[in-house]
Amino acid sequence: MDQSRIRNFSIIAHIDHGKSTLADRLLERTGAISERDMREQLLDEMDLERERGITIKANAVRIDYTGDDGVEYELNIIDTPGHVDFSYEVSRSLEACEGALLLVDAAQGVEAQTLANAHLAIESGLEIIPVVNKIDLPAADPDRAAGELVGVLGGSVDEVVHVSAKSGSGIDELLEAVIDRLPAPEGEPRASLRALVFDSYYDTYRGVVALVRVVDGSLSEGDAIQLMANGENLTADEVGIRRPSIERTGKLDAGEAGYLITGVKDIDLIRVGDTVTHSASPAAEALAGYAEPRPMVFSGLFPTDGDDFERLREALDKLRLNDSSLVYGAETSRALGFGFRVGFLGLLHMEIVRERLEREYDLDLVATAPSVEYVANLTDGSKAVVQSPQDLPSTAVLASIEEPYVKVMIITPSTYIGTVMELVQSKRGEMGEMNYLSTERVELHYLMPLSEIIFDFFDLLKSRTRGYASLDYEPDSYRVSDLVRVDILLNGQSVDAFSTIVHKDRASSYGRSMVRKLRELIPRQLFDVPIQAAIGSRIISRETVRAKRKDVTAKCYGGDITRKRKLLERQKEGKKRMKMVGSVEVPQEAFVAALKINDE
Amino acid sequence: MNEARPPTSPPTPVRANDPDLADDAHGWKSAYVHIPFCARRCPYCDFAIVDESSVGTTDHRRYVEAVISEIAMEERFGPLDAVNFGGGTPSRLQPDELRQILDALEHRFGFVDGVEISLEVNPEGCGPTVADELAGVGFTRVSIGAQSFSDEILGVLGRSHSAGRIGDVVDSARAAGFRSVSLDLIYGHAAETDRSWERTIDRALALPIDHVSTYALTVEPGTPLSRDIVAGAGAPDEDIQADRYELFCERSSEAGFDRYEVSNHARSGHACRYNLSTWAHGEYVGFGLGAHDHRWGTRSRNHPRLDRYLRDVESGIRPRLGSETLDADAQARDRFMLGLRLASGTQLTTLAAVFLGSPVGERLLDAGIIAVENNRVVVMQPMLTDAVAREALSVSADHC
Repeated sequence: MDQSRIRNFSIIAHIDHGKSTLADRLLERTGAISERDMREQLLDEMDLERERGITIKANAVRIDYTGDDGVEYELNIIDTPGHVDFSYEVSRSLEACEGALLLVDAAQGVEAQTLANAHLAIESGLEIIPVVNKIDLPAADPDRAAGELVGVLGGSVDEVVHVSAKSGSGIDELLEAVIDRLPAPEGEPRASLRALVFDSYYDTYRGVVALVRVVDGSLSEGDAIQLMANGENLTADEVGIRRPSIERTGKLDAGEAGYLITGVKDIDLIRVGDTVTHSASPAAEALAGYAEPRPMVFSGLFPTDGDDFERLREALDKLRLNDSSLVYGAETSRALGFGFRVGFLGLLHMEIVRERLEREYDLDLVATAPSVEYVANLTDGSKAVVQSPQDLPSTAVLASIEEPYVKVMIITPSTYIGTVMELVQSKRGEMGEMNYLSTERVELHYLMPLSEIIFDFFDLLKSRTRGYASLDYEPDSYRVSDLVRVDILLNGQSVDAFSTIVHKDRASSYGRSMVRKLRELIPRQLFDVPIQAAIGSRIISRETVRAKRKDVTAKCYGGDITRKRKLLERQKEGKKRMKMVGSVEVPQEAFVAALKINDE
Repeated sequence: MNEARPPTSPPTPVRANDPDLADDAHGWKSAYVHIPFCARRCPYCDFAIVDESSVGTTDHRRYVEAVISEIAMEERFGPLDAVNFGGGTPSRLQPDELRQILDALEHRFGFVDGVEISLEVNPEGCGPTVADELAGVGFTRVSIGAQSFSDEILGVLGRSHSAGRIGDVVDSARAAGFRSVSLDLIYGHAAETDRSWERTIDRALALPIDHVSTYALTVEPGTPLSRDIVAGAGAPDEDIQADRYELFCERSSEAGFDRYEVSNHARSGHACRYNLSTWAHGEYVGFGLGAHDHRWGTRSRNHPRLDRYLRDVESGIRPRLGSETLDADAQARDRFMLGLRLASGTQLTTLAAVFLGSPVGERLLDAGIIAVENNRVVVMQPMLTDAVAREALSVSADHC
């Protein structure tokens, strides 16, 4: 198709602002999908995406649309995730587009992630159409939302399109705005092929399926192609588009987005961000790629049943085929046995991976409390990367510890400024600038240690602002902090999986809370279980789970003896879900107790 | 009328917790008869009973006939060493009705010399006349549902008798000539205090009794007690129950009682044979609503609903709800688990040896929670018996 009739765009929105519903409506309106096949969140293919109402993976769908001018257009919607954990996915989706719809809930207004992603879009040079959604909600205030959008993007309120993705009102106007206001791609159709790999996924039968955007030239089936970053030569076995089901077209022209299958099974051969060109007449220069996603949060994952270690490895290998951001390496814990140290983009990513491992691979896992990646400066001048608190070098050789800081953006109603400031300060945050989006809403910037955010910060922020504040953050720098490792001892033995690195000022209160929380979580056993918190050899807190004193049924007569035996056997089976740490039975939730403690 | 019964032999001078007695009991044969009728259901009870305050007085006659028919359907078994009438409230039947059932049992199975014939009675239904009649019918042992000597606790337990009445009932039973008189006590209700429990112990042990069963109040799902607790009433506290239990063991021991099972204490020669037989994994037949039996490696259970029970029996079929045949391993496990409840312990079988040699077994030995005495495994802290059994069954399951 002539590039002038192609529009490639993303929809940028905060979670729950209706992005997937809008995509559904666009597909339905343009006849890409019949009402019969319509189901909600069509672009979200993973069960988890549908259940949680979030988008995790990017997707690209072509729809045909005949404009009011009678011309037939080809629209490619590049779907993007809405959660902060997945912003790297957003940035690469945006590279494949010329425009973006910035979608805002008419009742909620601009949120931190909307803003962060809007900045990404502006930096990528995209044309943006501001859209206010859910205009038919009782609580909707479309004018205020439009005002905030204009405040962020500039322009005039007349440029804001008002829609209800739910009822479909405003959808026609939006489609017209897409063809009128978004630029057509301007690649060079006759130049050497340059196609950007903006995402990939693994299909059991087809191998790696790459989602590509052809910038220059064209890509046809049978072409001998080369991946410019690694020089790998492959053949384009199959080329086509998604609508959203796969449609083999045999060819993708300049400006078009679609899929490419090469028969390759190894996802590392076709890296996201790479440029595809022709082997025979390679392009001189590759397209700008992406930075590798950096895991921000690390956690140990251990099978409850040690025999499942190999199954866990296989499951992680399979998950990684669709999630190149997942990094992991084997880890051994004295308490938990063999498992993996896994790096995640954030807490949501961690939760999702764990849930998928348990659900899709039928694994029973113990996860340790999340940690960030520290840098230990040693007395000999060398540095060591510490992903797991148990790996922290001993104080004898430790000169200092650096921890990652992040730039935090919080958008909140101005009535909660004081509350938010107080919370951020209690989490070692440093105030940056403050901008009013409108008279009622304000944008606050901070510099904060990432470790303070990954536990309960988001929950606290939400609860203290009655759910009105939103949060986004991006990595900033590493800084030296006064940090110590707090160890937890059960029955006098240090349990590596419980060790945590915390700021020195918080160590005592953390130790106390952790020990108290563990006393609640660890059930009474046949013996006393002392629980201690220690910094080095110094015990900072101690509690004891007293031995239980009664565990017997009063009566056991002729009656149900078999039932009694089976009950005892079943109860013991149930206990097998606990982890034996030395001689202590520890329930799985105890290993993430650190997530649940409230410092006084 | 009691000339028909063999004369009762004098109490054998064995202590209740003698290991030999438990081994003997394994070979005893006994019968259980369930009399389901109650004036009303107690708030903590989840047994198969007929609450006559809500269904009206039922046809006792018809039930007695059914039990007698069921006895007649039973295969050869016996002679019986012990017979126990439980409930419900067996004393809601007329002594003559009980006699008819006893006659049927004796006719069908025969009784050994010195047979123990026991029944449970409620204090309110057991005056001097009734006691005389029951003894005359042939009962040798009576177990009185005293529960507490605090009127307040009796009130919260839904019992209709007063504490003051219990002594009279014991005196009547003694005067009637029962060989053994036992009291049932329940402790650990949230409304109970250390003081009221201590008074109950003192008053119970001051009576001329030979046997006491002390039960920690258990909250069974679906009972009014359980609903009250869900609604915010105090739940029994396990530590407090453990304290109360220990106090009772101490006082009863001083008063000359031996603990022979988790909840049972008796003077020499007065251990309940029927109970001992079940804990020793002996064989028994059960008749009546919801009754269980265990013979020849099979356990069976009767229908717990009155209409179903009567319908089956009156159609000439055994009113079974189900049965299970135990393989040798399950039998060994049952016997081990039950034996742990006995103060004399359980035999040092292969299963027991595997358990003792396991890390958890060694730790329990080290901690003095279990011990090996006379080649038997004994739980030294009876309130932890289920925890020990759970560990042992698990170890032996992994071993197999």
